[in-house]
Amino acid sequence: MAKQEHQNIMDKIASANKSVTTGVDEKDIEHWVTIYIMGDEYKVPADLTIMQAMEFAGFKFTRSCGCRAGFCGACSTVYRLKNDYKLQTDMACQTRVQDGMFLVQIPFAPADKAAYLINEETYQPNIFIKYYPEIARCVSCNTCTKACPQDLQVMDYIQAALRGDFARVAELSFDCIQCGLCAIRCPAEIVHYHVAQLGRRMYSVHGLKKEENVENRVKEIEKGKFNQDFKKFLDMDEQEIKQAYRDQQKSKEVY
Amino acid sequence: MEISYYPGCTLKTSAKNYEKTGLALLPIFDISPVEIKDWVCCGATYSLTSDNLMYQLAPIRTLIRAKESGNPRLLTLCDMCYNTLKRAALFIENDEEKREKIKNFMDEEETDYRGDEVEVVHLLTLLNEIGSQKISEKLVKSPLDLKIATYYGCMLLRPKEIQADSAENPQLMENIFQGMGVEVVEYPFRTECCGSYQIVNRREIILDRTKKIISSAVKNNADLMVLSCPLCDYNLEATQKELIEQDSNFKPLPVLYFSQLLALILGIDPEINDWSLHNIDPTPVLKRKGLL
Ligand code: SF4
Ligand code: SF4
Ligand code: FES
Repeated sequence: MAKQEHQNIMDKIASANKSVTTGVDEKDIEHWVTIYIMGDEYKVPADLTIMQAMEFAGFKFTRSCGCRAGFCGACSTVYRLKNDYKLQTDMACQTRVQDGMFLVQIPFAPADKAAYLINEETYQPNIFIKYYPEIARCVSCNTCTKACPQDLQVMDYIQAALRGDFARVAELSFDCIQCGLCAIRCPAEIVHYHVAQLGRRMYSVHGLKKEENVENRVKEIEKGKFNQDFKKFLDMDEQEIKQAYRDQQKSKEVY
Repeated sequence: MEISYYPGCTLKTSAKNYEKTGLALLPIFDISPVEIKDWVCCGATYSLTSDNLMYQLAPIRTLIRAKESGNPRLLTLCDMCYNTLKRAALFIENDEEKREKIKNFMDEEETDYRGDEVEVVHLLTLLNEIGSQKISEKLVKSPLDLKIATYYGCMLLRPKEIQADSAENPQLMENIFQGMGVEVVEYPFRTECCGSYQIVNRREIILDRTKKIISSAVKNNADLMVLSCPLCDYNLEATQKELIEQDSNFKPLPVLYFSQLLALILGIDPEINDWSLHNIDPTPVLKRKGLL
């Protein structure tokens, strides 16, 4: 995506999200907290998330922000609370500000990702050591587990990888959002989420039984069963697509 | 009877034959091993640094999980795991200050561990408790015309505080096999070190050791060698091919986990072994001796 186009989309998402902090008169906001963003003090409404609070304070996210819903893993935050020795980690879009919070967003966790052709690998336990030998450095300190905003048993899935237990790696890491917080805390410099992804890919390609209905659907797609419908959407303009979306939503059951 | 079981990483990867045959023995004696959930690698070597407690965490976590499993007897097959776990347990039991320090580091976790709640026991010890009499009653293959060399190495026998048997004249394997009529040959290197982790950067040490140990067993007419440590097994097997190339007089000797041999004698399906994992193929001698 071109940089400018990306920027426009990010601006749109940010302005859509503004409703939380605009339209309310500051006089009407009763509860305020003081937070420190990268060392500077800001007063912000107490019921905002870290992400909203930073926008309230005037920051504009060009990185460190994606889904705003706790799924994409882009908004990793590191913070400390007043009078607490612990370094906390969380997702900025999912965590409320607290008084005295010292925080910083990490735009990106640098990580070395191994390149492999998953279909050409054999289903052998040593594949983890082959691509990520550093997992053997794990000392079982459990720091990664404590850093995980998804409450995953991160150490346990690294240990499962060490012994080549694909199913357990896949099961324990299933909800990983690749935020990188485990990796920046690990004293053994392991990149957990890439290890986990290798495990899930191996398990799904070589370990799991193929689902019959998925296979059948793929065949249907290849035969062109849905080509007509796709073409219909591709020919629509923006207004028509929006209308089609609304119609489709209306026809949905309300739970 | 149920017993907690800690496999360790090697038994799940390169030493699969050991795990498969070792565990297959237990049901014969009404013992069910229950693998503890989400165990962590023991660290493979016991940390000797007294001020860096980080390296004690791995074995201690495993002890905690064994305790939580409600079955505080913890079975290990690997000699390295046995050594590391047992020494870590002893360390944390005897040093209250360090124990507190480790506990503080593991805050936010439900842990309360003193070091004496879990008893680490090696498969060889367990089988000796069952006794050679009882084991021999289950004998399927006999009479046995077989001469074996037992090899113990270090980890099961040293240091003294955790040894599973006498470091000078261990009898754990002798008791089992002699009781079944297998001849155990005498040779002087049963408790000699195989060279251990030196394999990583000083391969020549292992070559030297292997030559000495294997040649001595061969000279004393052993048909094969049995042992219980995956690292000893790797060292003593993997280097034999090089030794053959270096010296045409060197005579190779098949090396097996003691449990592989015992499983064959007790009539367990040989198919559970993956013979391709052996560098020196043991199947010809096993066939010759009527065990395959
Ligand atoms: S496992 Fe690591 S990358 Fe995945 S969600 Fe947890 S902290 Fe983030
Ligand atoms: S933080 Fe790193 S060393 Fe510590 S348990 Fe997790 S993976 Fe292992
Ligand atoms: S923005 Fe996607 S998880 Fe927070």
